Amino acid sequence: MTQLALVIDLNVCVGCHACVTSCKEWNTSGWAGTMVDHRPYDADPTGTFFNRVQMFEVGEYPNTETVHFPKSCLHCEEPPCVPVCPTGASYKRADNGVVLVDYDKCIGCKYCSWACPYGVRELDEMQKVMKKCTLCIDRITDESRPENERKPACVLACPTNARLFGDVHDSDSAVSVAIRENGGYQLMPEWGTQPANHYLPRRKTRIQIFEDELERADNPLKKEAPLPAAEGETLDDVAY
Amino acid sequence: MNPAFSVIFLTTLIGAGQGLFMALVTGQVYSLANLLEPQDNVSFYAMGSALALVLLGGGLIAAVFHLGKPSYFFTRAWRGITQWRTSWLSRELIALPAFMLSVFLYGVAHYFDMTRPLFVIKDLVPVDATLLLGVTGAVLSVVLFVCTAMIYASVRFLQEWYSPLTVANFILFGLASGFTLAAAFSAWSGIALVGFFGTWAVIFTVLAALTRGFSIYRNGRIKHKSTLQTAIGVRHTKIKQRSMGFMGGSFNTREFFHGAGRGTVVSVRLFFVIMVFVVPVVLLAASNAMQSAHLPIVAFVAQYLGLMAERWYFFAEARHPQNLYYQTVG
Repeated sequence: MTQLALVIDLNVCVGCHACVTSCKEWNTSGWAGTMVDHRPYDADPTGTFFNRVQMFEVGEYPNTETVHFPKSCLHCEEPPCVPVCPTGASYKRADNGVVLVDYDKCIGCKYCSWACPYGVRELDEMQKVMKKCTLCIDRITDESRPENERKPACVLACPTNARLFGDVHDSDSAVSVAIRENGGYQLMPEWGTQPANHYLPRRKTRIQIFEDELERADNPLKKEAPLPAAEGETLDDVAY
Repeated sequence: MNPAFSVIFLTTLIGAGQGLFMALVTGQVYSLANLLEPQDNVSFYAMGSALALVLLGGGLIAAVFHLGKPSYFFTRAWRGITQWRTSWLSRELIALPAFMLSVFLYGVAHYFDMTRPLFVIKDLVPVDATLLLGVTGAVLSVVLFVCTAMIYASVRFLQEWYSPLTVANFILFGLASGFTLAAAFSAWSGIALVGFFGTWAVIFTVLAALTRGFSIYRNGRIKHKSTLQTAIGVRHTKIKQRSMGFMGGSFNTREFFHGAGRGTVVSVRLFFVIMVFVVPVVLLAASNAMQSAHLPIVAFVAQYLGLMAERWYFFAEARHPQNLYYQTVG
């Protein structure tokens, strides 16, 4: 079975919001549109988005680290939002595992949003139906597009390639390899929702190196001190 | 959570309607067992059923305004009965009309005096159409109570609601307000059952005070499963949100925050504890002593206002884990 998902690399994300704007641009004019903006130029603007980039500060000054955190529907393998829907508008596609809303069946009761711990469902203020990330379903399933364009808009827009897209049930896919080899994890694992989307943690490259590996004990250029040979063998005499 | 007035009206109105219907059936069963004087079919049972239907209808109208658009009631709401296998909301959408139909039929059967026994159990209990409809309605009333409460008690992410206490509270609050209303209705129409219904109302009110008190105690010391650490998956004790990614607010900031200060929430709790539990018990006891025709009505109005505050607090006390992602506008 295929389970399409995103893998988001927090080590690479710079928080530029390109995924947010490209998501809105694609989806407001596509199958899931429109994504309304209320009072866009007034003091109190609000609107529907499928994807948000948040920012967290980890640690205390001066030892802090900034984590840019893109968040959209995680397309859970056990989606708690689907069984609670009274009308069957909320569903998970059997062929590729994408969680979707049928906007013609949704009655806007908001119950599915209560049943999502991640807060990724938003009620559209104009259509009054629940909206959420579709993984650009109208794009990734469009066979008339060339293969390399059958990806969500956010993935194509990301300038740092922090967003990977693929089948997490295929062990050899790029996303599965990234999860396996770079410590991919799920959000809020305590609920057992099995999110298909994974996040790659921030990683640091460190080399293990000791003081005596940086400095030769019997460096002849050290004129000030007596050579250690006078005091017996050193590590440099035996290791070559 | 942000309390929606449509849901506050829906749950309190149908709760009182269900409780009133249960009170009518209880009265009928008691008089069947010769423990109470039999009451008039039209002025008591039919009128009482009509009153229950008015409350249930009011709840239904409130529910319509909980839909995205009221027009969805005509165009889409019928789909709401299709997912009864998995959704408690869908089950409620089936149970509510079914219960309303049985209340309607119960009232009609009494109005047309359909009390000729259809059969007699062990030469002792004559069973007529009204009794059959009444028992069916009472069962449906319990089913509806459970469905309504399970809508809240089944959302495992809202740990304040995810408890059998939620179901107990909904049932006991409905019965308490319904029996208080039955006492008020009896007092208003001069029926000698004020003391009977008033006594049951006090019993249910005291039981509700116990279960609600316990759920307040439980929710005060609840340990939430999700933390900022599990929310973003970073293992550090000091994490702060600096930006939620937008400044103008969204569905996420409106639906899951009530926006009231701690002082307001505590005041609402004090208000409902007094109005739901203390005032009705005192007034019902006083009316019993004074044989007053008005005090039970005041008791019901006070308890109903208190229950609306209780339902507001019920929403306000539930803290949704998604709020972890929406802490700082930045």
